[in-house]
Amino acid sequence: MALATRTAKPPSLIGSVWRSTVGKKAVMAVTGLIMLAYLVAHMLGNLKVFFGAGEFNHYAAWIRTIGEPFLHHEWFLWLARVALSAAVVLHGVAAYQLSRRDLAARPVKYRGRGRRRASYATRTMRWGGVILGLFIVWHILDLTTLTVNPNAQEGRTYENLVASFDRWYVSAFYIAAMLALGLHIRHGFWSAAQTLGVGSPRRDRLLKALANGLAALLTCGFIAVPVGVLTGVVS
Amino acid sequence: MNLTLRIWRQRSPEDAGVMTTYEVSGISEDMSFLEMLDHLNEELILAGDEPVAFDHDCREGICGACGMVINGRAHGPERTTTCQLHMRHFSDGDTIDIEPWRAAAFPVVKDLVVDRSAFDRVIGAGGYVSVPTGSAPEAHAAPVPKPVADLAFEHAECIGCGACVAACPNGSAMLFTSAKVVHLNVLPQGAPERESRVLDMVGAMDDQGFGGCTNTGECATACPKGIPLQSIATMNREYLRATLKGAGRRR
Repeated sequence: MALATRTAKPPSLIGSVWRSTVGKKAVMAVTGLIMLAYLVAHMLGNLKVFFGAGEFNHYAAWIRTIGEPFLHHEWFLWLARVALSAAVVLHGVAAYQLSRRDLAARPVKYRGRGRRRASYATRTMRWGGVILGLFIVWHILDLTTLTVNPNAQEGRTYENLVASFDRWYVSAFYIAAMLALGLHIRHGFWSAAQTLGVGSPRRDRLLKALANGLAALLTCGFIAVPVGVLTGVVS
Repeated sequence: MNLTLRIWRQRSPEDAGVMTTYEVSGISEDMSFLEMLDHLNEELILAGDEPVAFDHDCREGICGACGMVINGRAHGPERTTTCQLHMRHFSDGDTIDIEPWRAAAFPVVKDLVVDRSAFDRVIGAGGYVSVPTGSAPEAHAAPVPKPVADLAFEHAECIGCGACVAACPNGSAMLFTSAKVVHLNVLPQGAPERESRVLDMVGAMDDQGFGGCTNTGECATACPKGIPLQSIATMNREYLRATLKGAGRRR
């Protein structure tokens, strides 16, 4: 048997994971789940806007004090920002590299039109992801750095939010992005479970229901805020 | 029945290739799809033309040699191999598009024939079990629980036809590779190479230029042998397990 004769240096764990299509998908799955967990917390926090300016601005200020006195002021926030930025970049780079590979692996299209099994959510993962990436850039410029915010008062998160969503086209863009997010999560969550090997015939229905539930919950939760501003519930 | 066929004609791997239209008449609904092509080829030969090249061997749905994309679907409208597809699934006057498997890893050799030796190299990387030479071992020496035997057999049904790769929008061989990995990894006979098998086969799969999996499920829908989509999840689990165990040291 030739099994024991290999003496080559074992490849590094990170290197072999990143080089393999299966490993790179696992990176996408883990980073996607990190972002998903963040989004659930973000959505729940956003809903505090319905309790008025005082509570919402207090909540926004509290985020900066998480971990004190062990952590310095805003340190938790910056740690989360660094981790999420790394997740976005890894997710995007892996998606780009895998997409390039996938497109090269299927250079010729079929003339005949077959019935497609893949859902709309599945077929829009790539461009949906690009749209979400652009949305994140605008979202940070609008409500974090306040660069493009019409109110732009540091510490007055509630007033900034209302000023931004009071413009109907901003709300419309936001709602469209959240619908894209729902579609992305609908396929992404189940796909991540498959990629990490959690899926099984017994669990498949549960995982699909979870994916649909998470997608619906996040989309509705996020959309509630601009809808609240446009209808005057939040002002 | 009378049919209009639009068939991919390509003289050689270097040739550009083009869809060519043929009219065939007198087709019986009891003919298989390959018999219908035989009928066309006889007419082409009598007319002094080059017959359409296509792969076929057993013609009873177990060898995996025949394979073509019919109206945009691998092996055509029924969940079976092309040789077991009958003309009764088409109607008189239909126009049928017939194309070869399309994947960078499966270059066209001629007309509808593609080179699927990339599959052989994936199998060669780990689709086997090592057994000592000598007399055959006692069959009951390694007990296999019935559910495990059933699972292994379900995946051993893969005939390597390549429909999964042809159907996948990414030209990915994940379903094929996972069928072999699951088949051998669940059995006690495959246990000694459990980690190295999945790492080597996934590595070989990537090297052959197949795309990655995006979980569209097109492969499992096209598979004439019903290899389930879940086997890809099982292979992913095996791959991550082997990677985390540091199988590089064990090989």
